[in-house]
This record gives sequence, C-alpha cells and structure tokens, in this order.
Amino acid sequence: MTDLSHLKADFPVLENGVHFLDSGASSQKPIPVLEAMDRFARTSYANVHRGAYKLSVASTEAYEAARRRVAEFIGADNPSEVIFVRGTTTALNTVAFGWGLENLQEGDRILSTEIEHHANLVPWQMVAKRTGATLDHIPMTDDFRLDMEAYESMIGPDVKIVTVTGMSNVLGTMPPVRQIADIAHRHGARVVVDAAQLVPHVRVNVSDLGADFLAFSSHKMLGPTGIGVLWGRMDALEETEPFEGGGEMISDVTLQSATWAEIPHRFEAGTPPIIEAVGFHAAIDYLESIGMEKIFEHDMELTEIALQRVGDVPGVSIQGPNNTIDRGGVVSMTMEGVHAHDLATILDEGGVAVRAGHHCAKPLMNRMGVAATARASFYVYNTEQDIDALVTGLRRARELFGMS
Amino acid sequence: MALEDLYREVILDHYRNPRNKGHIDSPDATAHGVNPLCGDEVTIDLTFNGDTVTEVAVESQGCSISQSSASMMTEAIKGKTRSEIESLTNKFKSMMSIEEDTDLGLDPERPGSVLGDIEALQGVRQYPVRIKCANLGWTVLAEALSS
Repeated sequence: MTDLSHLKADFPVLENGVHFLDSGASSQKPIPVLEAMDRFARTSYANVHRGAYKLSVASTEAYEAARRRVAEFIGADNPSEVIFVRGTTTALNTVAFGWGLENLQEGDRILSTEIEHHANLVPWQMVAKRTGATLDHIPMTDDFRLDMEAYESMIGPDVKIVTVTGMSNVLGTMPPVRQIADIAHRHGARVVVDAAQLVPHVRVNVSDLGADFLAFSSHKMLGPTGIGVLWGRMDALEETEPFEGGGEMISDVTLQSATWAEIPHRFEAGTPPIIEAVGFHAAIDYLESIGMEKIFEHDMELTEIALQRVGDVPGVSIQGPNNTIDRGGVVSMTMEGVHAHDLATILDEGGVAVRAGHHCAKPLMNRMGVAATARASFYVYNTEQDIDALVTGLRRARELFGMS
Repeated sequence: MALEDLYREVILDHYRNPRNKGHIDSPDATAHGVNPLCGDEVTIDLTFNGDTVTEVAVESQGCSISQSSASMMTEAIKGKTRSEIESLTNKFKSMMSIEEDTDLGLDPERPGSVLGDIEALQGVRQYPVRIKCANLGWTVLAEALSS
C-alpha cells in the first residue's frame, strides 16, 4: 500500500477530521500553496506585462514562470502553447467559440460522447446552433466504456472536431484518448480533451496523448480556484480566434479595429489571475514532489478497496467500471431505496463529505437510468480510514431506512 | 440533532408509499418544478369544485424529503379551499424557515395537531441544505394555484 498519510498534515482544512471524498469537485489546498501565494502577494505583486518598474517585472516573471512550469508538467515543448484561463469551463468555451465559430459550418459534424460533463457538452450545443453544424455523441457501452466500434462508424470526413473527456467525473472511466485521437486525425478532425479529472491524477504528456487541445483546472489539483489551462498545439491555436477582447490581448488598436498580440497573450484578455498562477505553480511543485505515478498508484489502491468494500454493502450498486482497468479514483454509487441526497446527508453526519446529484452530467444520468448518484473521489490526502468511514455511513443509511 | 429526527418513520412511510401518486387526465391546474441543483422533480395536477381542491395528483422523483413532503402535502390540501391552502402553505414555510422563529402553536404533546403528518418535517430545519427539498412540492403547488 502506497502510504501518503504523512501528507495529511499539510492540509489545514482536514485537521477537524473530515473524511473529504469530494476532490473530484474541488481539491483541498496544502500549506506550501497557501504560503507561496501569501509570500508573493506580500513581496512581489503588481500587474503583469505592463509596468516598467521592478515590481511589475518581478510579477511578470513569476507569472511566466508558472506558464513554463505548466508546460514542463504536461510535456509541452513550447510554453506559448499554455494559455491561462479561468478554468476548464472557460478553456472548453474558448475552443468551442474561438475555434468552432471560425472553422465549423453547415454540414460539418461535432462528435462528443454520452459521458461528458455539461462543460464539454453545452458549449458545443451553442456553437452547433450558431454554425449549423450537427452534434453527435459516441455512446457508452453497458459496462460504462465508450463504444469504440460505434465511434469508428460515426467518424467521417464531415467530422471536424472530436471532443472527449479524459476521465469521466461520474464514472471514473478513462477513454482511450490516444486511439480516439489517431482515428480522428486520420479523418482530419481536431481533438479536444476535457482533462479536468485527468491531469490532477495521471501523468499527461501532450505529445503522447495525441490531442490538439487540452483543458484542465488548478483547483482540482491542489491549486487555487480562478485559474486553469487551455493547452493547444500551436497550429491548432493559430486556427483559433480570441474568444474575449480587451487589454493585454492586442497588438495594435484603432477606433475601428485591432490586431492580436502573439499567442498565448491574444487569448488572455484582461488582467490574468496572477497570484493564482503562483499558487498553481506551487501546487504542481507539490504534486511533483510526491510524483504523479505514485499519486495515481495511491488513487487506484484506494479505488480497489472502495470498489470491494462499498460493493459489499447490501443494496449498493457501483455506477461505473467495477474494476481498476482504465479508470481513475472516482467511485459513484446508488443504494436501492435510499436516494443519493439522503445518503450524502447521512454520510455527512459521520464526517464523510461526498457529492450527491447529477454531477453536471444529466444526459449521462439519463443514459444510466438513475436520477442521482453519490460519488466518492480520492486524492493524495485520503486513506483507507476514509473509505471505512464511508462504508460505516452506508450501512447506517440502510439502518435508518429500515433495511438492515 | 439525531438523524432519527430527520428520517422519522412517517417520512419514510410517505417516501416508500407516496399518496395521491400519478396524473389527473384533465386537470384544472397543473405545474411542474425542478430543483436544478439536485435534479428533484415534482409535477402537480389539481381539480377544483369552485374554490375547493377536489383531486390532487403528484408525479415526482427525488430524495426522501422532497418526496415525502409532496406526498404529505397532497393529503393536507385535498378538500381545502384556496385560502385554507394559502394559510397552510404559510405555516409550512415558516416551519421550514431558519430565520423566522414564528410560534406556530405546534404542540409537542400532541404532534400533528396543527399541520398533521407534515409536522414530522420539522427536523429538516436542522439540515439547511435540505430545506429546499422539503419546499419543492409546496413551491410547485403555489405555481399550480396561480396558473
């Protein structure tokens, strides 16, 4: 068993003993991240890319250092391919509107999947409506995987973009992104990966992944809220128009027109999240000090234990792959006769924090034939004891509902 | 506050066996409501004789609190006039309000003497995130009455 229990002391919020099993929604922040932001704000903060004074130069350097750190972390050779945005949702909207409105027209097809988060679904619906392109979805198999045969029959020259999650926030399923990308590229389509759940838990190297665009958030990987990344292959970013106009993103402006700044700046209108970038940098350093391989190993050990012990509770069904193959540390469950919200309330009384509901994936919930699930998701600070507390709470729920 | 006070037997009974479940073929009033945060849904159909509710049917899905609340509500409003229902709704809403501490005259010695089974939902007040669950059916009812 990979023992990371010593890390718990780095997370002040966990001191009260909460069994925090909702990192899939947002992760907790370790002291080094909090301290880095505090130190920076106290000593080096000013707006970036503007002032000729020393403080602004220092601030700009810290912001650009964060960009280089992210590039290194995801194996991007060129830091200019890393665009700081508000989070995964903004990153995906930037691709949908910035790339989509420029490159899609009537008769074109957008291919997504049945297992997407609303953030990788609704923007494409909006863009399809505006461009006249159609939006199709790769179906899910009954064992919670993407139906790759169906995908191969759906792809064709009219498909211009394929957008897929790297790890489902409901199921934990990790679709074979490389294979999906290779097939898409053979048909000349661009590939977008919603990596909000993937990048925090699995070592991602963009040159191996095969995607053209990758979106993820800092707040799910021990960093602050308010910052995330759109990574794009340079030639894909060159096909993309800025989604927001304003300061910072221009090269020249007259009353009637403007020309864009270089990539990445043309996609970063307005004052960026500077202190957050510093915190994000510290979060990546923290993750790397543990090692992404070790983090995933630890996630999967907990997942294996959870699948077994949660699955043993009478009346509980795991809503997701029942094994640890090509999946991450997200375990959704339903209990016969007890609604997920009731489960969450009962678990909370035992100090166990889980997410209950549709997880911003209503079409997937419909496909699964459930209205809501309770979801436990794991990260570096979780231990076997958290799962035991979860199981105790599940049994208590049965008792309260008269099913023991 | 113990979970037993939230999940009282009468609540679980209404959850498992919702009263007046289904639809009315040609209702005089109907409304549908969703709690977008959790996805709970309630549809209410009503028929009237003058000012009095003669039939009520609810089709819903969701947690034990939203379901039992809607079920108990149907029993409470059947045969009542609009103004009686309005007064009942106000009593219910104040029972669910954490800010207001209105004295509803609930008698701890005689549970159910004022609001019937609905009083069993008092425990929900201790779980603020669940208040919206208890209110859903009543909110949809208000919509149906004003439609």
